Order: sequence, then C-alpha cells, then structure tokens
Amino acid sequence: MTITTRKRLFVMFGAALLAIFMLAVRELPEFGHYRGPYGDVLNRETVYERHVTDVVSAVNFDWRGIDTLGEESILFLSVVGTIVLLRTGDGETEHKDEQGTTSNDDIPLPSEATRVASLGLVGPLVVFGLYIVTHGHLTPGGGFQGGVVLATAPLLVYVAGDLKTFKRIANHEFVEITEALGIGGYLSSGFLGMVLGSAYLRNVLPLGTTGHLFSGGTILVLNVFTGAAVAAGMVSILYAFLEHTIEVRLRRKG
Amino acid sequence: MAFIQVTILIFVGITGTAVVVTRNPIHQVIGLSFYGIILGLFFFILQAPDVALSQITIGAVVLPLMFMLALAKIRRQEQRKSSSGHPESARGA
Repeated sequence: MTITTRKRLFVMFGAALLAIFMLAVRELPEFGHYRGPYGDVLNRETVYERHVTDVVSAVNFDWRGIDTLGEESILFLSVVGTIVLLRTGDGETEHKDEQGTTSNDDIPLPSEATRVASLGLVGPLVVFGLYIVTHGHLTPGGGFQGGVVLATAPLLVYVAGDLKTFKRIANHEFVEITEALGIGGYLSSGFLGMVLGSAYLRNVLPLGTTGHLFSGGTILVLNVFTGAAVAAGMVSILYAFLEHTIEVRLRRKG
Repeated sequence: MAFIQVTILIFVGITGTAVVVTRNPIHQVIGLSFYGIILGLFFFILQAPDVALSQITIGAVVLPLMFMLALAKIRRQEQRKSSSGHPESARGA
C-alpha cells in the first residue's frame, strides 16, 4: 500500500469516525453535571457507614475490594513477567562478561550537585510515601500511589551513583519477601471477612473514629499490604532492568 | 474556574499531539512525562485528587521510566551486536 492510498484511506475513515464521535458527544450529559445515582449514594453514605473521609479509597478497598485484588494480581503478574523476560541465563552471563565493555557501560559518576540533590530527597520521599500509604482512607492517595513514591527512593540512590547501596536496598530476598507479603497479606486478610463476617473482603475490623489514623477498619490494612506489594514490585522491575549495568560498573570500580 | 479548565485542556491537547508528532523515542519519552504531569494537573483541577496522584506517579514517573530503561537496554544490545561482528552471537533477552 502506497503512502498516498494510506493517507486517502485515513482521511475517509477519519472523517467517518469524527462524524460518529460528534453524534456520541452530543448525547453525553453536560460537562460537570453528573447524572448517575451511585456516586451520590456513596458520597452520602460512606462517611457514616465506614468512618473514612476519602470515599475513593473506601470504594477501592472496601465496596469494590475484590476489583483491587484483581488489579494487584495484574501488577504482580506483570512484575513476574518482566523479571522472567529480562533474566539472564547462565551461559549468557559469561558471554556478557567478555563483551560487557561497550561505551554505554562507561557512564561517568554523577556530579556532586546531582548526588546532593538526589540523596537529600531520599529521606523526605520515604516519609512522604509512608504518609500517602497510611493515610489513604483520610486524604487522597493510598497503597498504589504511596507504593510508587516509596519505590522512587531507591531509584534516587541509583541516580546518585551509590550502586552498592542500591544493590543492598534492591536485594532480591528482601524485595521478593516484601512483594509476597504484600500480595499474600491482601489475599489472606480477605478471609478474615469470611471467618468473622459473611463474605470475602468484608470490612470486619472496628471502624474507629472518623478522621483518626486508626479508622476505617480493613481499609488501612489493605492499603499497607498494597503499598508493600507495589513498592517491592517497582523496585524488582528497576533492578531487573539495571542489573547488568550495575554489575559491570561495580566490577570496574572494585 | 472554567477558564482554568479550558486552558489546561488545551495544554493537554497540545502536549498529547507533541508526543505523537515527535519522532525521536528519547525526546518522545520526555514529552510523555510532561504530558503526564499536565494531565495530572487537569484531573486535579476537575477535583479528582486521587486520580491526579495516580496519574502523576504512573503517567509522569513510572511509564516514562520504563520506556527509558527499555530504550537503554535495546541500545546496549545493538552496541554489543555491532561490536561483536556477527549478530547471532549477541544473545539477549
């Protein structure tokens, strides 16, 4: 197919799509005017029923907790898939050692300014990440967002050129155990609802006082498990991508 | 309020188009990160801070980072391939 035919086809079908799209947009409710009943019901009832101030977290980790379990499994499987894809076989490692001296591995150490800025940010980022994870039921955020923030801390250590420290943080055993605890904890705390209540992932823990850190029952617990799983998953992917570069650069230095 | 919403929506359109039009993958990734931040800002203006936070962490940090790492890995493999002479010997992922 030549480029001219392709362009002609694009214009033709593009115009048709635009026309249908315009028709569909005309039927949409007006911008900013929500029609459905569910959001209003949730907004009205959630604070009284679950003692939390962030309705989004209550939807994610309580009303639709099973959906979040699905999301977490998707993330877990993607992490496993990435690691399996990027893993170097036994024969491959030796092969790479001989040839691993391409110019790309010869990146100079980062400047002092980069080092100070990134290492200075590590502490605040860890605190901020923990805050986002543990306050998911009170303010915007939760396990997913906080977990990603937590995972950027080791990345900054890598950016600062502290490869030995990065390797120690991204230590396989530690990260894998955290990941397993996160996903396993979410899965098994769902059974608590079956034992004490009536259904899987039912919110059975005491709800506490609205606005306090320990409130909302299982929402906080599930957020912490999700945070652990997400942070560990992100760090494992990072390490899988950077492993080769780190090995070569560490050997060169030591 | 409507003025801010419209302005940011236009910016979302501009940055999104810029990402598609850019040809160099590395420049494209930087543009994608910028687009992610603008889109996060848009969600925030529309009073969806939860979604905005997810958008900023995933769309502006993780997604571009994954692309960058994958691009670096591809480039390393291509360098090894060209330096070793015969492409078959350069076994990779």
